[in-house]
Amino acid sequence: MEGIVGYGAYIPRNRIKVEEIAKVWGADAPSYKKGLMLEEKSVPSLDQDTITMSVEASKNALKRALIDPKDIGAVYIGSESHPYAVKPSGTVLAEAIGATPDVHTADLEFACKAGTEGMFIALNLVASGVIKYGLGVGADTSQGAPGDALEYSAAAGAAAFIFGKENLVAKAHETYSYMTDTPDFWRREYQYYPQHGGRFTGDPAYFKHIKGAARGIMDKAGMKPEDFQYVIFHQPNGKFPFRVGKMLGFKKEQIEPGWLVNKLGNTYSGSSPLGLTSTLDISQPGDMILLVSYGSGAGSDGFVFEVTERINEVRESAPKTRDLLSHNINYLEYGEYAKFRHKIRKAD
Amino acid sequence: MSTPARYWREIPQRYRLEANKCSSCGKIFFPPRLLCNVCQSKDLEKTKLAETGKVLTYTIIRVPPHQFVDQAPYAVGIVELDDGVKIMGQVVDCDFEDIKIGMKVKVEFRKLFDVGESGILCYGYKFVPQLR
Ligand SMILES: [Zn+2]
Repeated sequence: MEGIVGYGAYIPRNRIKVEEIAKVWGADAPSYKKGLMLEEKSVPSLDQDTITMSVEASKNALKRALIDPKDIGAVYIGSESHPYAVKPSGTVLAEAIGATPDVHTADLEFACKAGTEGMFIALNLVASGVIKYGLGVGADTSQGAPGDALEYSAAAGAAAFIFGKENLVAKAHETYSYMTDTPDFWRREYQYYPQHGGRFTGDPAYFKHIKGAARGIMDKAGMKPEDFQYVIFHQPNGKFPFRVGKMLGFKKEQIEPGWLVNKLGNTYSGSSPLGLTSTLDISQPGDMILLVSYGSGAGSDGFVFEVTERINEVRESAPKTRDLLSHNINYLEYGEYAKFRHKIRKAD
Repeated sequence: MSTPARYWREIPQRYRLEANKCSSCGKIFFPPRLLCNVCQSKDLEKTKLAETGKVLTYTIIRVPPHQFVDQAPYAVGIVELDDGVKIMGQVVDCDFEDIKIGMKVKVEFRKLFDVGESGILCYGYKFVPQLR
């Protein structure tokens, strides 16, 4: 049977608080904090991007997988912030971990769903027997337009998963995806910041697709919410995952271990995959985990995992996600943040 | 490292710390050499440097070459890796006053610089403090 052989996370050390952003735009910080259930978000340094975070998350996944990188047959990075417009991110990652040249790589893009997309493809290529191991990464250094509601949440982070058929940390029992064409969030070519449909991003977008994918995969697997120890939903803000969880019949306790958004922000393609890493960090053999991503445009990928005995051997082999979230933090003022995010126009 | 061809040639060292080791006297060369300069042996095997080590010495760069201007001021250190090889690189993710001789560091993959607004992005290793 196929599943996860190794997993790893990466979170940059910089944070900016909601108050610091609100101060600049004359916004009311308490109402943003309450409305978004969010206190601060991660920010990449000038020398960090989707590629560098993908490499670090993948190296952490390799520390847990303990496989020869040369046996990785596919490397996929899902992101909406690939550093180049033309030139793959995946080749840099494959080269950095030593998987080249016998490897298939592709860069994927599907708003916040691109990470689970890469995981879905890598996992199913392993299941089909085409490759021995596959690496799927979700990573983003997301940008919200200055002053826009998204600026309070758009964050940076990466999660990597190596899939295979032996020495599994978690078996993958089921996958299911739910897609429709829904223009709730987009960015046109040459535009720096994305646009979104405001309230339209809720019911017909996030909630409809997550419910569709969660119900679809539970039907397919013959499972109910109470059959799962943990569930991870995409986390565009703090409230949405709890709200959709309640609609589906999940309890707060099932969601909390993977709920990182209050201190991390929305890491887009890294969001629900990072939630899965922090959930695996605390899980026990036999635990059933449901993962449902969401990407605008729109769609959700669902996965049912069952944790194996091997989790106890690999848990400490790489940094745990909540340690990355709390270790060596550097709080930024808005000026540094604007520089780090290339929001300042300099002379040529 | 500013032309695509030169950057590309250095990828095995910059991305994966690839080195070679003399099979007769054991000396490690980074970047790799064709001939051992200690015992003149031509029998060198591929190896990889350790990814952890300690700071031997460091300095703060305040007036950097043009491609590093946005990063200044920054620390550059000579790090002795756990396999004894000494290499130079930026020490990041810590305040200057926290950098100490002997501080334990590990290698992290970072963007070194970009070649202007439209040129290639150059990646490689830097050093960060080890997680306690
Ligand atoms: Zn020699």
